[in-house]
Amino acid sequence: MKQQAEQQPDKVVFHAEGLTKIYRMGEIEVRALAGVDLELYRGEFVVLLGPSGSGKSTLLNILGGLDAPTAGKVICGGNDLVLATDRELTQFRRHMVGFVFQFYNLIPSLTARENVQIVTEIAQNPMPAERALELVGLGDRMDHFPAQLSGGQQQRVAIARAIAKQPAVLLCDEPTGALDSTTGIVVLEVLERINRELGTTTVVITHNADIARMADRVIHLSNGIIGAIDMNQDKRAAKELSW
Amino acid sequence: MRALHRKLWRELWKMRGQAFAIAIVIAGGVATLLMSLSSLESLRITRDTFYRDYRFAEVFASLNRAPQGLLASIEAIPGIQTVETRVVAPASLDLPDFPDPATGLVISIPDGRNPELNRLFLRLGRLPDAGRSDEVVVSEPFAEAHGLLPGDRFSAVIQGRRQNLVVAGIGLSPEHIYQIKPGDLFPDPQRYGILWMNRSHLAAAHDMEGAFNDLVLTLARGASAGDVIDALDRILDPYGGVGAVGRDDQLSHSYLEAEFEQLATMARVFPTIFLGVAAFLLNVVLARLIATEREQIAVLKAFGYGDWEVGLHYMQMVLLMSTLGLVIGTLGGYWLGEALGTLYADFFRFPYLAYQLPFQVVAIGALVTLAAAVLGTLSAVRRAVRLPPAEAMRPEPPATYRPTVVERLGLQRFFAQPTRMILRHLERRPFKALLSITGISFACGILIVGNFQQDAVNHMIEVQFGLANRYDVAVTFIEPTSRRVLHEIEAMEGVLKVEPQRLVPVVLRNGHRHFRTSVQGIVAEGDLRRVLDTDLQVMAPPEDGVVITDFLAEILAVGPGQTITVDILEGKRRTLTLVVDGLVNEYVGVSGYMEIDALNRWIGEGSAVSGALLSVDPAARDEVTSRLMNSPRVAGVTHRLAAIETFRETMAQTVLIFAFIATLLAGSIAFGIVYNSARIALSERGRELASLRVLGLTREEISYILLGELAVLTAAGIPLGFLVGRALCWYLTVGMRSDLYRVPLILEPSTYAVAATVVTVSAILSGFIVRHRLHRLDLVAVLKTRE
Repeated sequence: MKQQAEQQPDKVVFHAEGLTKIYRMGEIEVRALAGVDLELYRGEFVVLLGPSGSGKSTLLNILGGLDAPTAGKVICGGNDLVLATDRELTQFRRHMVGFVFQFYNLIPSLTARENVQIVTEIAQNPMPAERALELVGLGDRMDHFPAQLSGGQQQRVAIARAIAKQPAVLLCDEPTGALDSTTGIVVLEVLERINRELGTTTVVITHNADIARMADRVIHLSNGIIGAIDMNQDKRAAKELSW
Repeated sequence: MRALHRKLWRELWKMRGQAFAIAIVIAGGVATLLMSLSSLESLRITRDTFYRDYRFAEVFASLNRAPQGLLASIEAIPGIQTVETRVVAPASLDLPDFPDPATGLVISIPDGRNPELNRLFLRLGRLPDAGRSDEVVVSEPFAEAHGLLPGDRFSAVIQGRRQNLVVAGIGLSPEHIYQIKPGDLFPDPQRYGILWMNRSHLAAAHDMEGAFNDLVLTLARGASAGDVIDALDRILDPYGGVGAVGRDDQLSHSYLEAEFEQLATMARVFPTIFLGVAAFLLNVVLARLIATEREQIAVLKAFGYGDWEVGLHYMQMVLLMSTLGLVIGTLGGYWLGEALGTLYADFFRFPYLAYQLPFQVVAIGALVTLAAAVLGTLSAVRRAVRLPPAEAMRPEPPATYRPTVVERLGLQRFFAQPTRMILRHLERRPFKALLSITGISFACGILIVGNFQQDAVNHMIEVQFGLANRYDVAVTFIEPTSRRVLHEIEAMEGVLKVEPQRLVPVVLRNGHRHFRTSVQGIVAEGDLRRVLDTDLQVMAPPEDGVVITDFLAEILAVGPGQTITVDILEGKRRTLTLVVDGLVNEYVGVSGYMEIDALNRWIGEGSAVSGALLSVDPAARDEVTSRLMNSPRVAGVTHRLAAIETFRETMAQTVLIFAFIATLLAGSIAFGIVYNSARIALSERGRELASLRVLGLTREEISYILLGELAVLTAAGIPLGFLVGRALCWYLTVGMRSDLYRVPLILEPSTYAVAATVVTVSAILSGFIVRHRLHRLDLVAVLKTRE
């Protein structure tokens, strides 16, 4: 399937070329990305693996239209995100991408259902918020506020919120980073299920090498460059993982 | 409801304390705005309706005496619509059960009917019957002060002759909405009244048969009042005309205008302060909210909410808080406006009050409020709009602190660590601290304004009645009289001292500037009537020149040493050129002063006097008064101290109400600022303070760090507030300056003390509320929440 994808450019969801990102932190220049070339294919489950400070989050933010690179280009759906206006980027985020953050970032004043609705209300072709919550196994917790949910549950609400709009790509930034391993695996199972059942391209960034075992492809990032891209010949189910 | 809206409502509910504190400040602004604008508008409408329905004249002239036949030539002046001649006479009023002397003005009305101009509104009873010579209509305030009802009897001395009168009706006139005796500091309805009497009878009593000594007229559409006045003055000059005036110089009308101007000033100053403070508070609260919700904003943007949708979300929050304030303020403003309008209507004697809160006024209030709220929060909202989503995902960088001035000066050893924290925190956000201080200072300033009136009036009374006018009884004669009369008065039992007084109507001129007033002749070494210079030092009335009220000098644009032309409007009607010898400090009216003999020499009238000032043994006062009132040459008798007492009593009530409202308003500002600053400080630093608790600091110690900062802000705000209050009072006095009266900028130490106390108490109260929360800080929970 991967072979096919590489040969069929219409399967490419993201095409990034020469991505560079330099931050200025006071007097210091930080080179977060130093020329990254990358393609993501429809329906695949990719793990971006790297230690902290390797540029993973920066890359994810750029792919998601949250941040602009210092140089390089990102093509998605035929458009270069780098050249996009603010309005176009907003539209891109609204319809194309779903985000899952390490710290869930739920709105504390809204219930689980409402946290999903806040996205489905503005999306073009969303699934009902209830269905999204059922997909992540929280059908019975819909009217709970974030403070009434455990960390794993909160992260599953965040996943429901990200997939409810039926995005082309799901970007997850250390989705299990704040969770213990048992809970983390439950969350990964949800991601795996979404990827399988909805066919959503899923990118998970992590510094946890164990998670890489459930990926179709593993992209190794260090010091702002891609060190290697591995095809995972021995893809495991999430529930087989442990760390 | 959309999820975003639910977020809005829930967050608003969560910060309801702060939202309410802000709404109250907004409400204060809206209420004062609507109160002043609506009562002003209602009073204007009421006045204009009354003027129109009761045909208030536009030009007023008085003279010595002219034959009725002169009317034809006056009517021939182009531009006149209706002219009505009248007889007007001063009178002493003698009421049963009222020992003090009262004076009044008797105005003629056509026999048995309402005049064409300045028509009477009858509250009770009827007009005098055509055939009755003893019936009068009495002005309502005077009737109320003495409990007079139709059918009651009293007597009046007109032109030295006692007349027994019957009250036929009780009424009001557009000419005397503000019933103040010319030259008085305040209206005194017990001692000054207006009577309306059939013309034939008043003319007989005042020796004006077939003649008139007063006229009023209205102008034809498009006619110039100035041209008509000039033509009228030329015609009346040979008959002792003292110069016609338009409405602007008519006593009641100009007092009304002055009061309206005061209301308009209030409508400008107070709402501006309130809305300014409210805008600042909204900004602070919203900026904090946006800072705490950085990550939520990032999520919203990450999921495709546009910058402006996020901005709008926060703007809606601002608008909701403002709307709450707007609603409370509009209701409060309606209520206060009606109360104030009724108070004014009663004070000015309108027959009714057409109170209304016009839609435009409410719309102006809403517009001004929302504009202030939006402008105040624009910068905070813009931060939310501009916040790049990726940056918002990163926690806010730790605030940068640096050593404060105190530490750079090496003084830190005098301060413990917590105090250093307070100082650093203040110095890190100097602008915000400055705004908080400014807000507190305005609260303090409003309180000072609230008590200023009392201080000023006390001072005015002290100067006017303690330093300048020191007589017990003043007597005015019907016409300038020989000085011999003084000996007769001096001979009365109980009279300790008598000083003569001479009052001459004049027009003072300097180039094209001119002003109609009087020059008063007083004795050089007088004790009972003295003139004070601008430093309140007694000065001798000059013999070769004239001293004039400082405000009159401004009107005429002259200074000491310069000359003015004086047209005498009496006797030989000479025109003099006199040097202005100095300036006189006076708070009520404007006039010129000279030594009495010198004045008589200049006008060529021998040693005439027009009045006398008496010092009287208190035990003999009533006896002296009654003898004077029965003397044929006496036009009026006034008691000085009795009038002051009545005034102080009424004043005490008004001042109390005003001070109470000011306290309430200022308290709400002080509370709003301190409470909000404290809540925000708590939200910004809760984690830091909880950490300190974990490290072993006591509740008191962390309370000190948080509340100490507020104490510093309040302590800095109060002295600044003294300056702000003084500046506001200055602004008010400048707005109120007129030839009728000037309010001096006098503030007593007690006023400052009260202001400081109210602000401090408000601050302490809000501090207590926050301290309560501080004591309940859940240490574990606070440390678990991620910043």
